[in-house]
Amino acid sequence: MYDVIVIGGGPAGLAAAYSLHEEGIDNILILERDDKLGGILNQCIHNGFGLHTFNEELTGPEYAYRFIEKVNEAKIPYKLNSMVIDINNDHQVTYVSKEDGLQTIEAKAIILAMGCRERPRGALNIPGSRPAGIYSAGTAQRLMNIEGYDVGKEVVILGSGDIGLIMARRMTLEGAKVKAVAEIMPYSGGLKRNIVQCLNDYDIPLYLSHTVVDIRGKKRLEGVTIAEVGPDRKPIPGTEIDYDCDTLLLSVGLLPENELSKAANIELSRITNGPVVNDDLQTSVDGIFACGNVLHVHDLVDYVSSEAALAGKKAAAYIKNKTAHQSYLNVTPKNGVRYTVPQKIDVANMTDTVTLRFRVDNVYKKRFIKVYGDGKELSKQMKLILAPGEMENVVLKKEQLQGISELVVCTEEA
Amino acid sequence: MEKRELTCIGCPMGCALTVTIDGSDIKVSGNTCIRGKNYAENEVTNPTRIVTSTVKINGARLPRLSVKTKTAVPKDMIFQVMEVITKTEVDAPKKIGDIIVSDIAGTGVDLIATKNID
Repeated sequence: MYDVIVIGGGPAGLAAAYSLHEEGIDNILILERDDKLGGILNQCIHNGFGLHTFNEELTGPEYAYRFIEKVNEAKIPYKLNSMVIDINNDHQVTYVSKEDGLQTIEAKAIILAMGCRERPRGALNIPGSRPAGIYSAGTAQRLMNIEGYDVGKEVVILGSGDIGLIMARRMTLEGAKVKAVAEIMPYSGGLKRNIVQCLNDYDIPLYLSHTVVDIRGKKRLEGVTIAEVGPDRKPIPGTEIDYDCDTLLLSVGLLPENELSKAANIELSRITNGPVVNDDLQTSVDGIFACGNVLHVHDLVDYVSSEAALAGKKAAAYIKNKTAHQSYLNVTPKNGVRYTVPQKIDVANMTDTVTLRFRVDNVYKKRFIKVYGDGKELSKQMKLILAPGEMENVVLKKEQLQGISELVVCTEEA
Repeated sequence: MEKRELTCIGCPMGCALTVTIDGSDIKVSGNTCIRGKNYAENEVTNPTRIVTSTVKINGARLPRLSVKTKTAVPKDMIFQVMEVITKTEVDAPKKIGDIIVSDIAGTGVDLIATKNID
């Protein structure tokens, strides 16, 4: 019987495990399905990671290595090539690996750190044929950066998420011609810095309010057609532009990977697609915690690391001294705030402060982020800009929340 | 006199900046804060970028080693740097920080490994 099993050895799993070690919990195991630790960071070879955590700009593999090194120095046990196929609410974890075969192990607590996956073509209903040459942006990134394949020569990208933008630059540097990036929304979901340094630097056009309406080619992709969309996101006839290309990359969103959570009957949020958690980042199942992109998709790995460290700390506290959660204060997102994580707070048992992370549902200029407790304003901060692509947060103190029965986080026009 | 349009990357605002260059006299408008002014001045006088890519690695289980220029190189040198990177082959093992190409493309900047490959 382990104290804690951490599922996933990416940035979230590594930070959670190291945090457990710092709390004196060493009877732990990280299960990782890949053949190395570090997760998706291994293929994110561009720089820009770690500005908040290390105060320097690292590449993905360098950022991962900082945590892998700590985990190795702390002698935290992990198993590679080990794929978890089932967990249940009795804290049993079933995994398969070449070395161990099929194994079921048990722990006092579990930390979910499985990350997320990309939204695939099948979820988009793009008409047209189904030739080779259509990749999700992250798949193309892996093929190029890890496996060393030449992915394509003439490229169109659908969706302006960060991975798509990064790949536009990456493929351009490798000699491909990236002809256009089409984004169905009237704004980009990517970071401003990536729009400038990955598209503008290389004169790659970004078409907002545009989508792919046709895909041509039998064996290999031969071309795509994009068209402008109206406010209803339906294509406007007569606005079509044809591109000859051999590659279409899809960068159309990430989905937390919660197949295992479903198996354990963990309550999921329909907005984040991740578990509903309390201020300890504990899911609806006692002793199962969640952090990182499996909980909600982050834009900065620094926030993943800090969130995961918190999950580790709380899992350690759970093992040492089980808290019985009596009642919760639910957080209600309103007026532009899509969701918050955590979704509920046990005020009686919480630590001095709680950080609520959230996203807004649209681009807003000059707005307040306000928090109301029973109709009374608890906090406000002015924001010159709010965008769905940038995660926001508010920090609330225990003394502000005591005695409150309704908590609202919202935006308000200034 | 030259006029250039830029988008500030200082924060998500992404202010549309207009830079007027008249000899050594540089005027920035459209910015909301000082970061916009600094960014625009730097972009029109000495724009630089860190270049990240991969090189072929022999004798390892995987074929590519990720690399970066240790510091930023002039923006107009990016493709010369890439030309050298494309032709570079190394042998395993390599460690983070190992110099892969010194003074790449005459920039005075070293190309270094960003991954440990045994």
